[in-house]
Amino acid sequence: MIRIDSVTKRYPDGTVAVDRLSLEIPDRSITVLVGPSGCGKTTTLRMINRMVEPSEGTITIDGADISRQPVNSLRRSMGYVIQNAGLFQHRTIVDNIATVPRLLGWSKDRARARARELMERVGLDASLAKRYPYQLSGGQQQRVGVARALAADPPVLLMDEPFSAVDPIVRKGLQEELLRIQDELGKTIVFVTHDIDEAIRLGTMVAVLRTGGRLAQYAPPAELLSSPADSFVEDFLGTDRGIRRLSFFTSETLELKKTPIVAVDSTAEQIASRTDPDTPYLLVTGLDGRPLGWSEPEDLVAGEIETERLLPYGRPFVHGKDSLRAALDAAVLSPTGWAVAVDGDGQVIGAVSQQTIGEAIRSAHAEGRDDAKVAG
Amino acid sequence: MNVLNFVNAFFGDSAHWHGYDGIPHRLLEHVQYSLTALGIAAAIGLPVGLVTGHTGRGGNALALVATAARALPSFGLLVLMFVLLGLGLLPVMIPLVVLAVPPILVTTYEAVRSVDPSPVDAARGMGMTEPRILLRVEVPVALPLILSGLRSAAIQIVSTATIAAYVSLGGLGRYIVDGLYQRDYEKVVGGATLVAVLALVTLTVFWAVTRVAVSPGVRRSA
Ligand SMILES: Nc1ncnc2c1ncn2[C@@H]1O[C@H](COP(=O)(O)OP(=O)(O)O)[C@@H](O)[C@H]1O
Ligand SMILES: [Mg+2]
Repeated sequence: MIRIDSVTKRYPDGTVAVDRLSLEIPDRSITVLVGPSGCGKTTTLRMINRMVEPSEGTITIDGADISRQPVNSLRRSMGYVIQNAGLFQHRTIVDNIATVPRLLGWSKDRARARARELMERVGLDASLAKRYPYQLSGGQQQRVGVARALAADPPVLLMDEPFSAVDPIVRKGLQEELLRIQDELGKTIVFVTHDIDEAIRLGTMVAVLRTGGRLAQYAPPAELLSSPADSFVEDFLGTDRGIRRLSFFTSETLELKKTPIVAVDSTAEQIASRTDPDTPYLLVTGLDGRPLGWSEPEDLVAGEIETERLLPYGRPFVHGKDSLRAALDAAVLSPTGWAVAVDGDGQVIGAVSQQTIGEAIRSAHAEGRDDAKVAG
Repeated sequence: MNVLNFVNAFFGDSAHWHGYDGIPHRLLEHVQYSLTALGIAAAIGLPVGLVTGHTGRGGNALALVATAARALPSFGLLVLMFVLLGLGLLPVMIPLVVLAVPPILVTTYEAVRSVDPSPVDAARGMGMTEPRILLRVEVPVALPLILSGLRSAAIQIVSTATIAAYVSLGGLGRYIVDGLYQRDYEKVVGGATLVAVLALVTLTVFWAVTRVAVSPGVRRSA
């Protein structure tokens, strides 16, 4: 465990970047430091690998004061990833990744073999090994940065806004990759970001810092969303924290309606039997069970269903895997107000109305059943 | 008579191709002076430029020294050194080194300063020692600029090394000084042509060294 114990950092010009900060960073989980620009996140992170020395207070790892450890061996025991990846442009990708093993005295062959292993782990194609950094996209460079930090298998990973410079789609991919890698490797990760959504998506624990380097709240993301400590945290979380909190509730509890579903080759009797006053629309599915679109029952003529005239069904959610937030989003996006639920293979297993989702939200909030983090 | 005729006459005369005052011998002397001066200047300019560039300290002092050194006329310095030290290689080497240190020093300093700080930060965060950061991270990226500083120093040395002849030493300056004295313009033009050719050869050598020494990753991304 990394323990930050009432640490203050005063820069020579008098700026107090971090003010009596105390944090206990649990092992084998992702702890996110989040806050507005200039609130001391980078300074805090850099005190952990002694790129910055605290003015007051101590930092210990498993009880040992880091200020007593030789600085370079301390740093070699921690991976360090920065915003612009900071790759060595004169070295090939594989040699960039092999840097720390080489520093630790591994042979060139062994270090390179290890580097290739890591390329695979972070989702980089082996064909990129001999390329130079300028030949890679920003997202790929960032993956190299992560691989380089993991190369010597350090127990700790320090990441300073590693995904801030890439576009949102690539960023999402990198975040998912990080969570996947973390599942496999179980590192102690300290992750700095100014993006509260990123903090909530990645963090097991989230420390919100306020300007002046003071801790505003330290809590798991769901707790942050349900009970922000003060108005600063509440403002920082943004206006839609109620919606975002739904990410922590599973869609499993939603009761699906299975009646308003007809296959595209249904007979007139089948269509008639599905018609129900509670569900003004019917969802037409293809022969493969995937959704095609909504229609009013009277517009459906057996044997002559024109799929291009159906109403769009928006984006389905995966029942049980996706969160209530995804289900609500699916319902809001659907012109009929009904969300389409599918199984893991994308086959329709039911539909659910906004009203039903609303009831589920209310009861979930009432039960405070927000402990399990759900994907999506 | 035009310059080309002089050039033809000079290089056509077989007497100019051997002996103590022959082209090969004078060329060799000139190359020796130049390499010695460049070696000494690099031995001073490179380490100081690398260290100040890496630490970022002393940049102002360095610029001041470089400007002062540039303001010194090489020929004046030669005369002064001759008066102080008499004949010999030293009075020649001093002005040449004084001439060559500023471009090497200032360019090396600037080259290291201008390296992107993020890889340096990453390297430090990985636990690289400072000398290793300088030599393995900064220098490879700064190399094209560093070599260009050495190249301008080398060119200036090659053309200025002609002054050696004024203090009774050899080199290609011999043809120019003797030619002027003897009003043998064929010799003057021949000597000047040889200096120009040597300067071009120097450029070619640096081009080749840059091709070989600079990583393709740096060459293309620059
Ligand atoms: N080397 C430094 N010298 C003086 N002030 C600094 C230095 N580094 C950062 N600061 C100041 O300390 C505060 C916190 O900076 P930083 O830790 O980089 O914040 P963040 O990473 O949260 O944006 C800012 O006000 C910043 O200007
Ligand atoms: Mg920062």
